[in-house]
Amino acid sequence: MEKKLTGILTRYRENEGNLVSILQDIEEEFGYLREDAIMWISEQLDIPPAKFFGIATFYAQFHLKPKGKNVITACCGTACHVKGSERLINSLVKELNIPDGEDTSEDLNYTVEKVNCVGACSIAPVIIVNKIVHGKVTSDKLRKELKTLKEGPTKEYTDYI
Amino acid sequence: MNKEVSIKVCMGTGGIAAGGVEVMAAFNQALSARGIKAAVDKHCSVHQVGCRGFCARDVLVDVLVDGAKATYEYIKPDMVEKIVSEHIVTGVPVAEWLVKDGYDAFHNKQEKVLLADCGELDPEDINAYIERKGYEATRKVLTSMTPKETIDVIKASGLRGRGGAGFPTGVKWESATKVDDPVKYIICNADEGDPGAFMDRAIIEGNPHSVIEGMIIGAFASGAHKGYVYIRAEYPLAVDRLRKAIKDAKAAGYLGTDILGTGFDFDIRINLGAGAFVCGESTALMRSIEGKRGMPRPTPPRSTEKGLYDKPTVLNNVETLANVPYIIRNGAAWFAAYGTEKSKGTKVLALTGKIKNPGLIEIPMGIPLRQIVYDIGGGIEGGKRLKAVQSGGPSGGCIPAELIDTPVDFESIAKVGAIMGSGGMVVLDETDCMVNVAKYFLKFTESESCGKCIPCRIGTKRLLEILTRITEGKGREGDIELLETLSFDVMTSSLCGLGQAAPNPIMSTLRYYRDEYEAHIYEKRCPAGVCKDLLSYSIVEEFCKGCTACSRVCPAGAIIGEKKKPHKIIQDICIKCGACYETCKFKSIKKG
Repeated sequence: MEKKLTGILTRYRENEGNLVSILQDIEEEFGYLREDAIMWISEQLDIPPAKFFGIATFYAQFHLKPKGKNVITACCGTACHVKGSERLINSLVKELNIPDGEDTSEDLNYTVEKVNCVGACSIAPVIIVNKIVHGKVTSDKLRKELKTLKEGPTKEYTDYI
Repeated sequence: MNKEVSIKVCMGTGGIAAGGVEVMAAFNQALSARGIKAAVDKHCSVHQVGCRGFCARDVLVDVLVDGAKATYEYIKPDMVEKIVSEHIVTGVPVAEWLVKDGYDAFHNKQEKVLLADCGELDPEDINAYIERKGYEATRKVLTSMTPKETIDVIKASGLRGRGGAGFPTGVKWESATKVDDPVKYIICNADEGDPGAFMDRAIIEGNPHSVIEGMIIGAFASGAHKGYVYIRAEYPLAVDRLRKAIKDAKAAGYLGTDILGTGFDFDIRINLGAGAFVCGESTALMRSIEGKRGMPRPTPPRSTEKGLYDKPTVLNNVETLANVPYIIRNGAAWFAAYGTEKSKGTKVLALTGKIKNPGLIEIPMGIPLRQIVYDIGGGIEGGKRLKAVQSGGPSGGCIPAELIDTPVDFESIAKVGAIMGSGGMVVLDETDCMVNVAKYFLKFTESESCGKCIPCRIGTKRLLEILTRITEGKGREGDIELLETLSFDVMTSSLCGLGQAAPNPIMSTLRYYRDEYEAHIYEKRCPAGVCKDLLSYSIVEEFCKGCTACSRVCPAGAIIGEKKKPHKIIQDICIKCGACYETCKFKSIKKG
């Protein structure tokens, strides 16, 4: 872990990074903000951990608990809302056994996170499954997608070049 | 084959979601299978292009053979082979797949200036931008104009900020020049946090160089040498394309030191947002770039005096900056010829919701809303009635159907109690509950409130509580008056724009739909049939065929019945999710 964190610190020093970007790098590297990682960085920079946690709890992008293997992002923007995103989210939470008040299933297989608008409003409602954007999602389409997700291997986001 | 062939495949986020990557790959495959090497600079080329606006018809493909253009809609990878063999090789377009039914109507009343290039050029190819006069404006400004002359042109054009506030751009740049400080900054606000808005995403994904060019010119005019683009992390494709564009611009000498040999230094850095709506507010955005919690500061002092790192900072929206190169190239008078007296130019709008043709559109300021909804948008989908157009996101309001002839410009929309905002317009029909809409926006602003000031932190919480009670059938006498007084307090005493504008959806819906609030409170009834606690679902026995489709989708197991016999919903177990109502093909489920 320390090797990866040293890399992050080097990038921070060389590229005019800031505390937010350090946390973004940690989240990207480990999937969430590990407490021991924050404590290590805090010591290295001689900045109190409270400062880091203050930033981490302010921004919605940061997770203090590990995310699931599969990340499903449900858009809650206005267009998606009027097109029925609430119903889709309820189905997701139920089908993937996400406990009340949490966003990740207990077996750490699935995370359902709600985002305030991914900006694909004309194909509302939008659900992103493992970085692949699905538009005009109906209850039927969602059921089929969840079935594939539960049975098959996870799809990777393909480079479009 | 010696024809000049160019194929353009829509590859904005919407295009990719509809299969743009696979369609483009299919074209490359079909062409190489015929021994035709498709490459830029060759006679036959396949290009990705940015969003052209009509996302509902993706994947959209333009096929140009010897200059003759045909546009296809709803293209899937398995349709490509036929297009290549019949249209490209034999020369006969596949008529049944060409755009029809309102494609032209969608575009006719629009005025594409910014979006003209998005959707035509490859956003990842700086040469494609240069071929379309890209960076000519930069050259003109840096080699033959002074900062003051540049500011004068922008002032004369009448360009106003496109992020929502509508502040005159030239005046903003000028105020930064009045401060004597060698260190100044220019920031592009690409946070676009309004739910329902994706204008800036499309511009960055479709033509990132136009934004970079706008920043270079703005920096020169206001005296900045360092620029930042603060872009939300929820736009990964836009971030990637912008990163590449900055890299290419630097390599071509448009960014860095001594740009075009004029001695002007300017560089741009990207900062990613981390999921906070409040960071779209300028002072909060600057704190975020500084690596802090994004909490706003009171103004004055304005950011042009003391902004990022307490230095004079100019903050402009993506669309505002994208307009700049066109104004410099074509002149202030050209821009000012579009629009109305106080709202010059065009505006990019995201038209979504219950409309037949959702998508991205660009209109001259001042056209009536009616044209947007019925001519461009094609009217309400599903044969329903227009109820209102919600404009301006969570800081905005609703324009009711009776006011459909309102001109779309800053002043006219403000007069009817809404705001133009960044350009998000969500169309609502008779099945939308206006109290629910107000509650939706308060849920958003309450959770996004930074917490620094009491009026917003506690005010939005209480407003949301009252609205929630009303939608749950627990509304009380005096609730409407309380909403009004509390809204006034929150609006007038909040520290920043988030809090100040948070009550707008409530004020706007109360102004035009007070009767709906009253029905919820006094009759415990939701006229639009949306608020779950005021609804019940039941099966009309005479229409029910006993197909069991509803009982199979019911997540609560609340529907009982034998095959081919009328079913029944057990009210005590029913969670009112509406899945059965959506599924029933025999219209035997009643909602009310």
